Amino acid sequence: MAFLHGLSKSHTDSGSGLKRRSLTPYILLAPGLIWLITFFIIPIFSLASTSTMVRPEGSQIGTYVQELRFANYIDAFLVSKEQYLRSFVYAGLATILALAIAYPLAYAIAFKSGKYRNILLVLVIAPFFTSFLLRTVAWTQILADSGPVVSAIKVIPFIDETFRINNTPAAVVIGLAYNFLPFMTLPLYASLERIDPRTLEASGDLYANGLTTFRKVTLPLSMPGLVAGTLLTFIPAAGDYVNAAILGNPNTKMIGNVIESRFFAVVDYPTAAALSFTLMATILILVTLYIRKSGTDELV
Amino acid sequence: MKKDKKSLSPEARAIIRAQLTRRSLFAGVGAASAAGLLAACGTGSSTGLEAVVDVSDTEKIVRWANWPLYLDFDEDTKIYPTLAAFEQKSGIKATYEEAIDDNNTFYGKVQGQLSIGSDIGYDIVTPTDWMAARFIEQGYAQKLDPKNVPNKSNIREVLANVGYDKGREYSLTWQSGFAGFGWNTQKLPKGVRTMEDLFVPANKGKVVVLSELRDTIGVIMLYQGVDPSSNFTEDQFMNAIDFFKGKISDGFIRQVKGNSYSEDLKRGDANAVIGWSGDIFILRAESDGKFDFAIPESGGTLWSDNMLIPSTSTHKKNAESLMNYYYEPAVAAEVAAYVNYICPVEAAQPELEKIDPELGNSPYIFPDAATLEKVKVFRSLSADESTKFQTAFDEAIGN
Repeated sequence: MAFLHGLSKSHTDSGSGLKRRSLTPYILLAPGLIWLITFFIIPIFSLASTSTMVRPEGSQIGTYVQELRFANYIDAFLVSKEQYLRSFVYAGLATILALAIAYPLAYAIAFKSGKYRNILLVLVIAPFFTSFLLRTVAWTQILADSGPVVSAIKVIPFIDETFRINNTPAAVVIGLAYNFLPFMTLPLYASLERIDPRTLEASGDLYANGLTTFRKVTLPLSMPGLVAGTLLTFIPAAGDYVNAAILGNPNTKMIGNVIESRFFAVVDYPTAAALSFTLMATILILVTLYIRKSGTDELV
Repeated sequence: MKKDKKSLSPEARAIIRAQLTRRSLFAGVGAASAAGLLAACGTGSSTGLEAVVDVSDTEKIVRWANWPLYLDFDEDTKIYPTLAAFEQKSGIKATYEEAIDDNNTFYGKVQGQLSIGSDIGYDIVTPTDWMAARFIEQGYAQKLDPKNVPNKSNIREVLANVGYDKGREYSLTWQSGFAGFGWNTQKLPKGVRTMEDLFVPANKGKVVVLSELRDTIGVIMLYQGVDPSSNFTEDQFMNAIDFFKGKISDGFIRQVKGNSYSEDLKRGDANAVIGWSGDIFILRAESDGKFDFAIPESGGTLWSDNMLIPSTSTHKKNAESLMNYYYEPAVAAEVAAYVNYICPVEAAQPELEKIDPELGNSPYIFPDAATLEKVKVFRSLSADESTKFQTAFDEAIGN
């Protein structure tokens, strides 16, 4: 948005510096544009073209010819609608869980941490120092049948002896929420930290209690962070396949697992491409609706 | 392997193992999303490949892609002793990469380059039988020159003539292994020798099986009385898939995965598995006999990983001398002492006995006729069958 302002402004400008100044935005944009064209636009076309290909009967594995078969999309969707739906349900649950953990955390860091603020912020991003895969594998140890979490829960009466967390839907959702927690926390913190404490004091002066202040002042002012955080969590979570593969079971597979399986195991590139495309489109639609609904499009 | 990792804590070892497992499901963190790769990879066929020029004499190098933990390694000096000896002897500089984590993933990575004839960066690759078959069939493997590989004749007889490579013109076995039942001897003191033993009620939700179609379904087919090395029908295959699906939906099979199943055994999340011989023997050695392995009474599968020279390699002669070197009995014995899988060189047995008498007499490293009688090699599938069967298998495991 800001750069468009810049563009229109430079066009109305007159004078000797016009030429150079009007080029500046393009020069600034060039690295990003080249990157996007090479690694996003071109692959998107390649993906679209692959998605309508067909493997001729009897041909070698991995051989596909273009037949513009759009029914690939319907076929691909029909065989994986269950995993499709599951992806969005799990991603949604993980986003809610991450929000429930991250909001108080970000609030505490922004308003209550004092001199520990920087240490706490480093701690939030500390998990990134280790590989994503290793951290997820570590969760299988934590949630193991004879591990600390399950043993602690089994102390509660009426918990069945066969109770377990590993390889259940809960484990997948927990894993997703954990892995994307920093993406939720940091935007929330950035929004909360910008809130002028005087607005909170003013709210108190107007006889609002703590809860009302939160509802009427803090929450609305942190909306940009909340929207950004939920998007940054939901989008990668919906396409994730690592958590479902490591922490799940055969009945908790997500759409990412199906795409991976079709691409690598079955070598069915068209189905994998069609599913990737559908996933991208669905996420785009959901995100657009969400941003419209939350009314913060000018803030994101 | 057991000795090498003693200096690490059990947790660290667990994590390293989980990541370095030979056939883990996960392509690795860096592996981009399927969509990205999909776009990057062509879908062309292998036609129109141009012959590459062998520059072995001027470029004394060989680049080898293998599975993790699959070559003798000295933890103290950080070198592969047999490979270092080869470099000394031949003057060829060898680069060794544990680059193959999964047959399908590896194929997905290199197929695009192979199809346009651009160097994949390796002069030797080590895919499993069926994937080796695909490489040969699609013209992605170079024919070996028997003059450069005289030790080829040392190959174990059962491996000398495989369906996909009669007379071993393109490939040489690296190591072989069995797929069968592995179990926790404390949880299941009676052991697991039949499919009924595997699916006793106490094992509900405690059975993990391999994501390698040919091993898991092969073992089930043998249980159903169908020989997976024979020309079985689609119906017979689908019967095995139905049995497998049933065990997943009634909650017996907890997870279907690559060889990180050994972590499930160690953690106690699995009581029993359909797994690979070498893995379980390593586990057994690490845990004082807490785990054991047996070939099912109804039969198990025999698989091999095979060295072959990709069509894009320009160091064919160097690769051949490396293959030849590893078929010297003394060298093969040194590798076998480390990896614990079936040694492809029968004459290595007396050599291995010198290193470790117990290993030298193991029927799982040097199998006798009675052991070999019980195992079958899953037959090659046609491209149509492979697509159909792999889709059925992947749908059964929830993909």
